[in-house]
Amino acid sequence: MNIHEYQTKDLLKHYGVPVPPGRVVHTDAQAATVAEEIGGSRWVVKAQIHSGGRGKAGGVRVGNSIDEVRVIADEIIGTNLVTHQTGAEGRLVRRVLVEQASNIVREYYIGLIIDRATRRITLVASAEGGVEIEVVAKQTPERIIREIIDPAVGLLDFQCRKVAYKVGLKGALLPQAVKVMKGLYRCMRDNDAIMAEINPLAIVDNGQLLALDAKMTFDDNALYRRPTISELRDFDEEDPKEVEATGHGLNYIALDGDVGCIVNGAGLAMATMDAITLHNGRPANFLDVGGGATPEKVANAFRIVLQDPAVKIILINIFAGINRCDWIATGIIQAMRDQNIQMPIIVRLAGTNVEEGRAILNASKFPFIIASNLNDAAAKAVAEVNNIVQKVTPLKKEHS
Amino acid sequence: MSVLLNKDSRVIFQGFTGQHATFHAEEAMKIGTKVVGGVTPGKGGTQHLGLPVFDTVEEAVRETGADVSGIFAPPPFAADAIMEAIDAGIKTIVVIADGIPVQDMVRVERYRLGTNSIIIGPNTPGIITPGVGKVGIMPSHIYSPGRIGIVSRSGTLNYEAVAQMSELGLGQSSSIGIGGDPVNGTDFATVLKAFEDDPDTDAVLMIGEIGGPQEVDAARWAKKNMRKPLIGYVAGLSAPPGRRMGHAGAIISSESDTATAKIDMMEALGMFVVRNPADIGATVLRAIKS
Repeated sequence: MNIHEYQTKDLLKHYGVPVPPGRVVHTDAQAATVAEEIGGSRWVVKAQIHSGGRGKAGGVRVGNSIDEVRVIADEIIGTNLVTHQTGAEGRLVRRVLVEQASNIVREYYIGLIIDRATRRITLVASAEGGVEIEVVAKQTPERIIREIIDPAVGLLDFQCRKVAYKVGLKGALLPQAVKVMKGLYRCMRDNDAIMAEINPLAIVDNGQLLALDAKMTFDDNALYRRPTISELRDFDEEDPKEVEATGHGLNYIALDGDVGCIVNGAGLAMATMDAITLHNGRPANFLDVGGGATPEKVANAFRIVLQDPAVKIILINIFAGINRCDWIATGIIQAMRDQNIQMPIIVRLAGTNVEEGRAILNASKFPFIIASNLNDAAAKAVAEVNNIVQKVTPLKKEHS
Repeated sequence: MSVLLNKDSRVIFQGFTGQHATFHAEEAMKIGTKVVGGVTPGKGGTQHLGLPVFDTVEEAVRETGADVSGIFAPPPFAADAIMEAIDAGIKTIVVIADGIPVQDMVRVERYRLGTNSIIIGPNTPGIITPGVGKVGIMPSHIYSPGRIGIVSRSGTLNYEAVAQMSELGLGQSSSIGIGGDPVNGTDFATVLKAFEDDPDTDAVLMIGEIGGPQEVDAARWAKKNMRKPLIGYVAGLSAPPGRRMGHAGAIISSESDTATAKIDMMEALGMFVVRNPADIGATVLRAIKS
């Protein structure tokens, strides 16, 4: 789960990480009031959406007067901000963070990740602040400093000092840097985050370190024990279809193709998408119905997949282990009947109770296209889509 | 395969009297798995499925000589259950739970250091050695005894591969799911080593997916240390970056996490690679005939 920048900064402040004075607002009038209250002569107005690249997209701008702050806030709030992460449709800006602007002397990067190779939380730092860490890692990997943290003792002072010296945070900055790193670590550990980063961590003109931007991602599987973090979830930032799917115990991710997919198991769902792609088709979604899928769950899967208007056909690929093909087939029939589905449906069933499942499909009046295996299913699905596309825009003159 | 589950393995289940553990323990016993009891705190001294129930794993190990445990505790309690099994000296710990907080697994892996325990999972269908037994939730009827080892991150994709192999008359020595989580107990390379040392295995199929370094690490290990043919597939060719594809660990965070990058690297390291998931069985057959 992701949260907004202003929420991350509020959290970090509790752990002793210095952040610029500022507040989140929903209107231009509030923006002007906040700018006056926090004081100063320059302010930054920052669009609050769950996406990187906000600055380049025009979502982070500096105002040199209270009036300018008001105008900028008015311009940003209510626009669809298009960044390299939002896709062409962009993301509606509902609120902005108004902060005192800082005079930046130098920028650094400080982050914590769960390193999958060492199976430990790892502190990552670089003197190349303000740049995406992935870019630094690719272009100048030698400029990235790493320190692996032993969960039995946590991040130790000497480790912070080592990292601070290596990136050049010395003298009066050293104790400040240690405090920032330890605060970030405690914030990550105590709240079950899986990623936390301050970028940039800046030295400003009064010699202080300030977290000018920060991002945290939390472990969905730990939210049950982090109620204060759960409350920060912003459903406006998520695909409503994905939210609804989660509510039904389904795992759904929208993609940009036209072949709707209903599969059991994450691996088989990805492999099904791959098989469609290899037949020059385009999957419309990833959907895992999970284990022990009831007819109701299958019918809900249809409902969610069909909310995407781009879907032209549906491919069902089930390899039942703890699932039962007869339950799946019953769910398919239920969906066809209740949701009045007219498009072609390709079904591949295998595993537990497969004969019973096929019998249920055969006994119905619906014209299912039955596939014998994964390859057959993908081939038939793509052939059906191409057939529909040709009918809509005929390439050849139709014979009479 | 003798390393993880063989005819001498003595199996217990943690969370034994729960609905899922009961069902899957019965299924395991039906195919001959030597189940010797189980643990449910508070129910020690009773009988379940005709077997003794204990309050602690320590007691279960002392009384039954168990060396394998199948953990069916739900995610919030799974880390504690795993550490209890490690403390009691269980050798092979199979963790079914899907949804254990990742920092719990970071602590578990630290706790395991210096012990002889092997953790299979979490978020795994488990281990099956056809003809011998299983600890897990996979449908045993699709597997058949044979000489191909399978190791995979996904459950259903493992079943798909088994079905393709069965059509070509190929059976399995053992099939091991290492699970779909970002921090897991046993990685691909460790399982490859076990198969390489196993006299009942002729070739190994490794089924990976997007996210993490394990497939390429294993391919590097295999190039140096493995003589048996190794076949690899990586799911998620068409997965978008930055999205978690069902499994907590299936996410593209960098270029090396993509299916294409991994499969290209595996091919460069001399493995037999499968690019189309429909060709898994055929590629295994080609590899053992080469």
